[in-house]
Amino acid sequence: MIDLIAGTNRLRLIAIAVVLAALVTLPFWVSGIYYINVGSQILFFAVFALGLNILVGYAGLVSLGHAGLFGISAYATAYMLQLGAGHTTAIMVALVIGVASMAVFAVLSLRSSGIGFIMITLALGQILWGLAYRWISVTDGDNGIPVRGRPAPFGYSLTDPVNFYYASLIVFIVAVAMVFIFVRSPFGAALMGTRDQPRRMNALGYHVWMIRFYACLFSGLLTAVSGILFVYYTNFISPQTLALTASAEVLLMVISGGPGTLLGPIVGATLVVVIKTVVSGFIERWNFLLGAIFVAIVILVPEGIVPGSVRLWHLIARKRAATPAAAEAEPTATERTP
Amino acid sequence: MSRKVTRRRFMAATAAGAALATFKFPSPAIAQSAPFKLGLLTVKTGPLAQGGIQMEQGVLTYLREKNNMFGGRKVEFFSADTGGSPAGTKTKVQELVERDKVDAILGPLAAFELLAITDYIAENKTPMLSLAGAEDITQRRPNPYFLRPSATSAQAMHPMADYAAKELKLKRVVTVSEDFAFGHEQMGGFQETFEGAGGKVVAKIWPPLVTPDYTPFVAQIADCDGVCQGFAGSNPLRFMKTYAAAGLKYPVVAGETGGDDALLRIMGDEFLGMYSCCPYTLDLANDSNKRFVAAMQKDFGVDPGFYAAGLYVAAQVVDEGLKLAGGKSDDRAALTKAMRSVKLKDTPRGDLSFDHLGNVVGDFFIRRVEKAGGKYVNKTLKTYKNVSQFWTYEEKAFLSRPVYSRNYPPVKS
Repeated sequence: MIDLIAGTNRLRLIAIAVVLAALVTLPFWVSGIYYINVGSQILFFAVFALGLNILVGYAGLVSLGHAGLFGISAYATAYMLQLGAGHTTAIMVALVIGVASMAVFAVLSLRSSGIGFIMITLALGQILWGLAYRWISVTDGDNGIPVRGRPAPFGYSLTDPVNFYYASLIVFIVAVAMVFIFVRSPFGAALMGTRDQPRRMNALGYHVWMIRFYACLFSGLLTAVSGILFVYYTNFISPQTLALTASAEVLLMVISGGPGTLLGPIVGATLVVVIKTVVSGFIERWNFLLGAIFVAIVILVPEGIVPGSVRLWHLIARKRAATPAAAEAEPTATERTP
Repeated sequence: MSRKVTRRRFMAATAAGAALATFKFPSPAIAQSAPFKLGLLTVKTGPLAQGGIQMEQGVLTYLREKNNMFGGRKVEFFSADTGGSPAGTKTKVQELVERDKVDAILGPLAAFELLAITDYIAENKTPMLSLAGAEDITQRRPNPYFLRPSATSAQAMHPMADYAAKELKLKRVVTVSEDFAFGHEQMGGFQETFEGAGGKVVAKIWPPLVTPDYTPFVAQIADCDGVCQGFAGSNPLRFMKTYAAAGLKYPVVAGETGGDDALLRIMGDEFLGMYSCCPYTLDLANDSNKRFVAAMQKDFGVDPGFYAAGLYVAAQVVDEGLKLAGGKSDDRAALTKAMRSVKLKDTPRGDLSFDHLGNVVGDFFIRRVEKAGGKYVNKTLKTYKNVSQFWTYEEKAFLSRPVYSRNYPPVKS
């Protein structure tokens, strides 16, 4: 295991450095603020997808109510600002409310796993959507709540798209680092254990419910953070953000990119946001295109883009290596050869 | 083996194609004698698409009529689909303003879309002409870059209420409309004028925008001699079906969306005798409207309704405004000012001008649904001339009252 990490380490480090450099310098080589704004959207939706991936990928719990949690922190921010609170207070309150509602979600839905979990999260998400839609004295119903202005941490006003991009980038990098550490920690290993063998984990003395509960809280934290970035980005929140389609969209980001991988949700978020915002300007039936791409993913790389392309890469590399030295072909390779 | 190669090739080709599509940046704009860039925010997917597609058809009809020339400049047209969600509207308005660098924007369709972007539009100083309701954008929270050549939510309801009280002699009315700003403002306007003319609104019923079945709401209609409905999109059809099925016979009055001409071809007998008030009517007999209706029928095979006409007129205003500004669009404040000073005679809705807040002053038509030659038609009964958003009220007094809302004016018991 250690050999494997060491072997891929150099290549991976280079790749990470290149991507990081590209992200940091993006505002300099991209023409026009429109594309910088698309970049910001990709970053905070990637944080959202990373949050959902904790549950879907590492805990094996598929949630269809995450847009509700995303929206509740966005609404909390907007509502606090409307009451006249400062940005710091609003963000803090939104984080607390986001994580607390995730805790309530978790207590109610962790009674089951599998399809039961999906159905309960779906119902809870719809309840939040209904509240946003009909609790008119707080949310103003369909009209939504406008948010005026963005915070200015350390004197950098986030009203400027480039500054907002860098703020999103910092949050994104912190989120990626958090997930990276989380997954490699003993707790992460225990979480994946509850995904693969819950009964055995139980027998070994792990508190399966509690492990899942903490994973939910972590997922809720990332979701709340992305919800706050979203509301500051759009300067507006309305019930459509909490709708079932929004939950399905972020789930598709995770599934298409590759659940249970660090890069998967990021790639998935990029794919969905680029098609939704950029490609939809060129192709009227962009919904159809998105659907076709998902079908292609399911057929060609059913495990998701990231693990799927790694698999295809290995397959190609192995075939090249196997041709001159066929004698050394390992038996595991037969698994994929037709 | 060969199958793998094709698959790999396919992947490579797809990736290359995707990369090309993503990184195809627009070339820099040329400063001199550049085309006038006109953006449209509309809804082409989702439940609001019917009106949204008509909006685009209205603009295209005008562009064709003018050979793509506004005020001596070639028009470059950008259409964006917001998907009917505020977040989508924000993304698309950024696309139009920041990437395509449009000189003026037509749309969006719905009030909640407009509310999501009004501050952004004011910050970016891009003139915007919308038919979305949202009263306060031309009243208590005016946006200096905004024009509304169609009507505020309540602008058609004031004359409708006047007609209902004075000509139809209705005394007690139940209002029923969707539970969002456009519905609240329509019904508020109706109530204000209707009660001023001696009538009384006995109850206000608010079904949500997405209501699977109107039966429980229709069941609440009682103790009245008339009903005012303010539904939008395709909801009027479903409401009227349920209303007729419940055996209710009270006369129904409606606004521009409740009796839209575009709905005529899918109406049923339950609509016969319904009154509506609209800033556009299909049977207006002036040259401009005849041209417009003929072109819409020829190019798209449909009768235009309020959405198509609204955008056709909006494009006319941009054209005329650009002429008044001498073809210059760099100074956006001056362009907006020129558009607001536009006075038109030959439009599909008749005479039109703007008040100092950017809202239209124009004619409003009272129509009744009738059957003629096997088709349903909206027959115009009366025209209210030069109606402003303030109706007959004094502007100061009107603006000092709160904006029409769910609870204003209150229902008196």
